[in-house]
This record gives sequence, C-alpha cells and structure tokens, in this order.
Amino acid sequence: MSTPLLKVDHLTMRFGGLTAVGDLSFEAQAGQITALIGPNGAGKTTVFNCITGFYKPTEGMITLTQPDGKKLLLERLPGHDINWKGRVARTFQNIRLFGGMTLLENLLVAQHNVLMNASGLSILGIFGAPSYKRAEKEAIELAEYWLEKTGLIARADDAAADLPYGDQRRLEIARAMCTKPLLLCLDEPAAGLNPRESLLLNDLLISICRDHNTSILLIEHDMSVVMQISDHVVVLDYGRKIADGPPEAVKNDPKVIAAYLGVEDDEVEKTEAEIAAIAAQAKGDAR
Amino acid sequence: MAHATHDAKPASQPTRVERAFKDAFIAALVMLGLSVPILALRTEQNMSNEVILIPRPWLVVICCLIVFVGRLLLGLFVFNRAPGAKPLVETPTAVKTAWAKFAPYAAQVGLGAIIAYPLVALYLGGPQGAIKWIDNFGIQILIYIMLGWGLNIVVGLAGLLDLGYVAFYAVGAYSYALIATKVIPATYPDLGVWAFWICLPISGILAAMWGVILGFPVLRLRGDYLAIVTLAFGEIIRLVLINWVDFSGGYAGLSSIPRPSFFGIPFNASETGFAARFGLEFSPIYRTVFLYYVILVLALVTAFVTIRLRRLPVGRAWEALREDEIACRSLGINTVSTKLTAFSTGALFGGFAGAFFAARQGFISPESFVFLESAQILAIVVLGGMGSLFGVVVASIALVGGIEILRELDFLKAIFGASFDPTQYRMLIFGLAMVLMMLWKPRGLISHREPTVFLKERKSISSSLVQEGHG
Repeated sequence: MSTPLLKVDHLTMRFGGLTAVGDLSFEAQAGQITALIGPNGAGKTTVFNCITGFYKPTEGMITLTQPDGKKLLLERLPGHDINWKGRVARTFQNIRLFGGMTLLENLLVAQHNVLMNASGLSILGIFGAPSYKRAEKEAIELAEYWLEKTGLIARADDAAADLPYGDQRRLEIARAMCTKPLLLCLDEPAAGLNPRESLLLNDLLISICRDHNTSILLIEHDMSVVMQISDHVVVLDYGRKIADGPPEAVKNDPKVIAAYLGVEDDEVEKTEAEIAAIAAQAKGDAR
Repeated sequence: MAHATHDAKPASQPTRVERAFKDAFIAALVMLGLSVPILALRTEQNMSNEVILIPRPWLVVICCLIVFVGRLLLGLFVFNRAPGAKPLVETPTAVKTAWAKFAPYAAQVGLGAIIAYPLVALYLGGPQGAIKWIDNFGIQILIYIMLGWGLNIVVGLAGLLDLGYVAFYAVGAYSYALIATKVIPATYPDLGVWAFWICLPISGILAAMWGVILGFPVLRLRGDYLAIVTLAFGEIIRLVLINWVDFSGGYAGLSSIPRPSFFGIPFNASETGFAARFGLEFSPIYRTVFLYYVILVLALVTAFVTIRLRRLPVGRAWEALREDEIACRSLGINTVSTKLTAFSTGALFGGFAGAFFAARQGFISPESFVFLESAQILAIVVLGGMGSLFGVVVASIALVGGIEILRELDFLKAIFGASFDPTQYRMLIFGLAMVLMMLWKPRGLISHREPTVFLKERKSISSSLVQEGHG
C-alpha cells in the first residue's frame, strides 16, 4: 500500500476537562474520498479544526505527504500555511463566504498568495506591471473554470450573500478548489440541500476527486451521500473511533448501528414484538 | 366621531392648507405657552445683588414664528399627503438611478471644482480676502480628506476600528518638525530650503513604522479591545509629547518650523524669494495657494494608491478580512501581516498629512493631536460610508467646512444677542448631525460597495450585504 496522503496519529484534543477527540488514528489515501461520520458532538468538526490548523491538538501527529514525497507535520504549521504550503483547503459547517464581495472576488481572494507573489508584494501591481496583469488574467480564468463547473457562472458579478443556500455551499467548494488543494476537507457539504442538489453535489465531488488530483475528507450526516461516493468511512463516537473501513463494512457494523445509524423502523417493530412475546411468555410461565 | 363626520358636508370640509394653518397655529400657541415661563423673562443680578427681570418679548415672538412656519411647512409637505402623490423621500432605487447617472462624472466634476477652487476664491475675494477661504476652508478640508482616506484603509477596507489614528498624524508632524528644526540645521544647513521635500517621505515612513510597532502586539485583539488599545496608543503618544520636554518641547510645542519651498525657492520677500524670482509683488497668498496644491496632490496620491491597492490582492484581502477573518485564514491568507499592511499603509498617509500640517502651521504642540481629532476623522469615515472615497470627501466638506462656516454666521447675533457665538454650538450640531445620519443612513452617505473586478457587468453591492468588520 502506498503512503497515505493524510495520516492522523493518536490525535487527542482536550478543552479543559472535556476530551473532544481521544486517541484517534486514521488515514486518508490519495485519490480517495474519505468520510468522517458519527453522531452530533462526536468530535468530527474538532478533528477538522485540528487538521486545518484552527486548533492546536493536545497530543498526536498529523502528517501530510506531498506528491513529491515530502512530509509535512500539519500541527506544527501556522494556520495560514496549512493552506498555502500544505495545500489543504476546507469549507465550513456554517458557510463562511465573503458575503459583500462578488462571486468572482471570492474566488480571487482564494488565490491571494499566488497573486500576491505575482504583484511583487503589491509594488509591481501598483504600477500595473504586465507580469501582474497576466497573473490576474490567469486567476480570473481559473475562477471562471470553477464557476462554470459549479454552475454559478451566470451570477459571477453578484454578491455572494445574494445567492440561495445551495449555491452558497457550491461556491464555498469552488473557492476552496481555487487554492488547488491536495486535500479538500468538506464540513457537511450536503446540509440543507434538497435531494436533487444533493445528487449534483455527489457528481461534483466525484469529479473533483477523479479529475483534479484532489482527495476529499468529508463530514456528512446524509448517508445517501456518504455511502454512494466515499471509498473509506471512519466512524467517531464520543471522540473515539468505533469503526474504520469501506462503506459496506461500516454500514453493517453493529457498533456503528448502535451508536449512530440505528435500524429501520420495521426492524424496530420486529424487535419490539419479540420483546413483547418474551415478556408474555415469562408472564405465562409465572402463572 | 362618526356622527360628526356624517353631519359635515363635503364642501365645508377644511382643505389641506386650512388644516395645516390651523395645526401650525395650535403648535405656535403651545410654543407660546411654553416659552412665556421659560424664555420671556431673564433673571439677572444687579449691583446690589437683587434679582431683576429682563423681559425678552422678541425672543418669544421669534420662537413662536419659527414653530409656526416649521409646523406649517410640515403640514403642507409632509403630513396628510394626498394618496398617489410623489413620495417625499425617494425610494432607494430612485436614488440609485439618479446616482448612477451622475456617478461617472462625479469624480471629474469634483476634481475640476477642487482644482479651480483657489483661483475662483482669488478672483472673488482678492489676495487678502481669499487667504481665509483657501487656508481655513480649502487646506483644512483637504487635510481631513487625506486623513479620512488614510483611515478609510484601516477602518473602511480592513474593518479594524482604530480610535488612535491621530497618533500617526502626530508622529508625522513631529518627525518633520524635529528633523527640520534640529537635524538638518545641525548637519546639512544648506538643505534648509529643501527640508519639507526631504522630510515628507521620512515622516511618512516613520509613521508607518510606528504603525507596524503598534500593530504587531495589538492586532491579535479584535473589536472593542482593539479600539480601546488604539485609543490608548493615541493618548500615550500625546502624553509622551507633553512630558518629554527635552525631546518635543512639552506643552510649548515646537515653533519656527520651516515652511515648504517652491521646490527650492522659498516664499519670502527676499531677492531670491518666489515673488522676486517670478517678477511678482510679494504676498503671502502665493504660499497659501501653493500649499493648497501640495495637499491636493498628496490627497490625490492617497486616493490613487487606495484605488489601485483595492484592485490588488492585498486590497481584496483587506476587504475579505473585514468580511470573514476565519475564512481568510483557511484560504492561506496570513491575517497578521495583512492587518499590518493595512495599519501601516493607513499610518503612512497619516504621517504625510502630519508633515504637511506641521509645515503649514509652522508651529505644533500636543494640543493639536487630542482624541477629538481621531474622533472627527473617524466620524468623517463613518459618515461618508465605510470604504467610499467619494463619501469621505462629502463628509469632510460637511463636517470640517460646516464647522468653519459657523464662524461666518454673524447675522445670528442679531437674533440671539451679541454674546451668541455659533462656534460654541459646533459639538451640539456635530452630535445632532451624527444622530440624524444614523437614523437616516446608518451605513454612511455612500454605503454601497463597488466590486473590484467583474466578468460582464459591474454591479454595486448593497450595504446590507457588506460586513462592517469586527476589528
């Protein structure tokens, strides 16, 4: 097996006395979609915040292996370098767009570091150097590509806050993709989407993974999304890993069913009937 | 009530004008009732410490007349408007279309007016009369426009609430004053006439450096905390200037600061002075006009740099920072250095303005750099609409020019008595104007945001979508 793109080792995150994530280890392979699932409060977003540098983990190691074989310890990088040097991008559970800026501007802000270098730390840019103009043109082309891809090109010059909810979610993904990430961390991308939008999202994510050399780490509650697109599923409960494997295996894991997935309604009825029968039998026996 | 309306014939119903007059009359009566006990008699002590009453019937009459006319106008034009009449306050869309027609020419027209202003003042007022109008109005307003544009980078674009901006203004002013009065005469006295042009960039750079020094520890604070620390920084600079007497002269300040030269030719009555060189009769007006154009050019440089920076990645990062700092960090933007660039760029222009201020006054003291100055510059930025360059111009003219105009309102003395001084009410008017603004246009005069880049069509973004920043 090749070296995993992302390797999380014994990750622990404590907030005072609360252990949000305890001794979590998992791997995300390059070119795959890895899903992180679990009940509310299981610590999924905390794991994300540790990987993307918003929290410094209490213990543990997060190793990212670049395509050239260089290893980066994400927990030691400053927050902004995780995106720029580590090439890890993320979206947020509660959408964080630059609402007062247009869609195009949002996607250009995402290419800040590339453009900043091209503008010679603004000095060449102020005098309108041709090298900067060329870089800006390329940045706009990349932005246009992602706007096409997410179906938002018609609204490129509108304010991001003007978009409907589903479009805002897709714009956030497009914005993250403009940083050309190796690993894209999506925090509940399907939350609040209707079934049709959810299907479109599945196609988008698969295409990102297959065509753009970007692996995906995904938090999601919508099992139809998780089971259809993910190659690998990690299940968390109370900050600990309770299962890890391909979707089919995880789906039938009794621990996962007990903690998170639960069972179908008719199964509940069947079980209740069985319990009632046993109880009746016990009553009869007593008589 | 129903009975009464039933009885009244349609023909005998009072028209709107009649109703308005009746209404105004009642209001005037109420005013009369109120003003008789409050305004009609003035109590004063005479020489033998007895209270004497001075009747002031005219004041009562004037007040009642003001109320009558005001209420009448309200009754005629505001209240009880007939259905289908043209709305009194135009809807925002209407304003927008009117603005959209004017907007492309606003900058050119405004710039033309500002360039022509001293010449028009000279033509109308003559060399003696024009000095006041060019200096007190023109230069004063332009200094505040420049300061407003500088602070606009920090507050309007990056969303960092800076209550101590005057500190950088002070750093610029003292840098120029100290270098020009102490360093240059001691080292290269020949460069004396060039002092202003040498010190201008130095002052700006020193101010920017102080921006970085202050910004580095402070910018991890947000919102209210940042505001308080910057406020404290402004006060610290002022207190140091007051107490470090050897360095800054303390309360006495620094005087006989060299005035700017016309690129090496001083403005004086000597043989080599500006007037003699160009064969003109000596007059202080030449320096004033020159100073006006110097500050105009400085302000335009500020505007040019701001406009350019907004379209560069650093400017977009400032605005993105104002919108959402966490998202910025997730996109690889170094938020600390981005904030620092905003802070120091703002400080740079504050320093330029400070150097100009010192050169124009010829004398500076810590009195010129009190918190009120910071508050006024901030008020200009907020009133103009955060992020809008044109709004800052309008707000500067209204606030600075408006206060200067109060000095000209001598005719009010005829109404309110000889001891009435309109300038004493400037803070009251200032406050009232702010309250009205916050009610009428809480996001400033020009509150919509212009996108920095577009694919097909540049669409203004409504202020309700734009964040104000959290520090």
